[in-house]
Amino acid sequence: MVNRIVTGAHYGMRDWLVQRVTAVVMALYILFIAGFLLTHQPLHYADWSNLLQSQLVRLASLLFLLSLYLHAWVGMRDIFMDYVKPVGIRLVAEVSVILSLIAYAAWSLQILWGIQ
Amino acid sequence: MRFLIYRYNPETDAKPYMQAYDLDIDAGNMMLLDAILLIKAQDETLSVRRSCREGVCGSDAMNINGRNGLACVTPLSELKEPIELRPLPGQPVVRDLVVDLSQFYKQYRSIKPYLINGDPEPEIERLQSPEDREELDGLYECILCACCSTSCPSFWWNPDKFVGPAGLLQAYRFIADSRDQATAERLDNLEDPYRLFRCHSIMTCVDVCPKGLNPTRAIGKIKEMLLKRTV
Repeated sequence: MVNRIVTGAHYGMRDWLVQRVTAVVMALYILFIAGFLLTHQPLHYADWSNLLQSQLVRLASLLFLLSLYLHAWVGMRDIFMDYVKPVGIRLVAEVSVILSLIAYAAWSLQILWGIQ
Repeated sequence: MRFLIYRYNPETDAKPYMQAYDLDIDAGNMMLLDAILLIKAQDETLSVRRSCREGVCGSDAMNINGRNGLACVTPLSELKEPIELRPLPGQPVVRDLVVDLSQFYKQYRSIKPYLINGDPEPEIERLQSPEDREELDGLYECILCACCSTSCPSFWWNPDKFVGPAGLLQAYRFIADSRDQATAERLDNLEDPYRLFRCHSIMTCVDVCPKGLNPTRAIGKIKEMLLKRTV
């Protein structure tokens, strides 16, 4: 194969947007948790457990974690694109990150809904 | 004044080295380029590019004390000694302070830096309203000195694929031009994870631009237009 410089994948906008939207979601969640921690001093196990057993907080936590994984995906891919030049290794690295993040997402579900 | 200048002749030197020069001068109102020319009078083997000597041609862009700039508009009195001069980073060195900017020009050419307009040629100039003309302020002033692109890590890592701040500023200059009719093609040409989205808005381009331009803002406007047509 001729070694041409190939560009023109016609994507990128969505990832850029995802990075920004997920950053906002994470910022809001962190503010919420920080607010909770500041208003519940000293913190007892019961407060913590009550908070995380509410369905709304569970969903918010799930959104936070999914945002984190999507954000991490965009960031990790950026790093691979800049520093990992051989296409084969880059593909393997990207696929490993995707698979790990999917596994983390499933694990997150189990943890969030497992809190008693 | 003491200068440390990067010297490298690929034909005779195994490795680049820094050479010290001393000038017995008073900085006063002198620009860095004046000093470089005095050094060149001392040692004519020193290679450097310069032309207009007033910040218009962009030939004498170099890395001055770790920061890209034009020697001709950098006051000598503002520089800390020893003044370290190196070629623009990340580009192949032709000799001493002269680099090969082929990659930079290739990226510039890839954004089609000319007006694309299919209408029949008018008898007079293609007119613009003063407001439309204002859109080009902060864009048309770029002199392609390459200070910004060669200070951009994304351009260092992917100079063959990332257009770079200078090229993207120029791309937006034509997207913003009311007389240009190729906006959709121009956006298609840039919608790519490498060509446009290697920019992570770290703004070193804005920091070094000797003309005070803001490539990051221009890149932001391109992203805004892509967003507008996506959502």
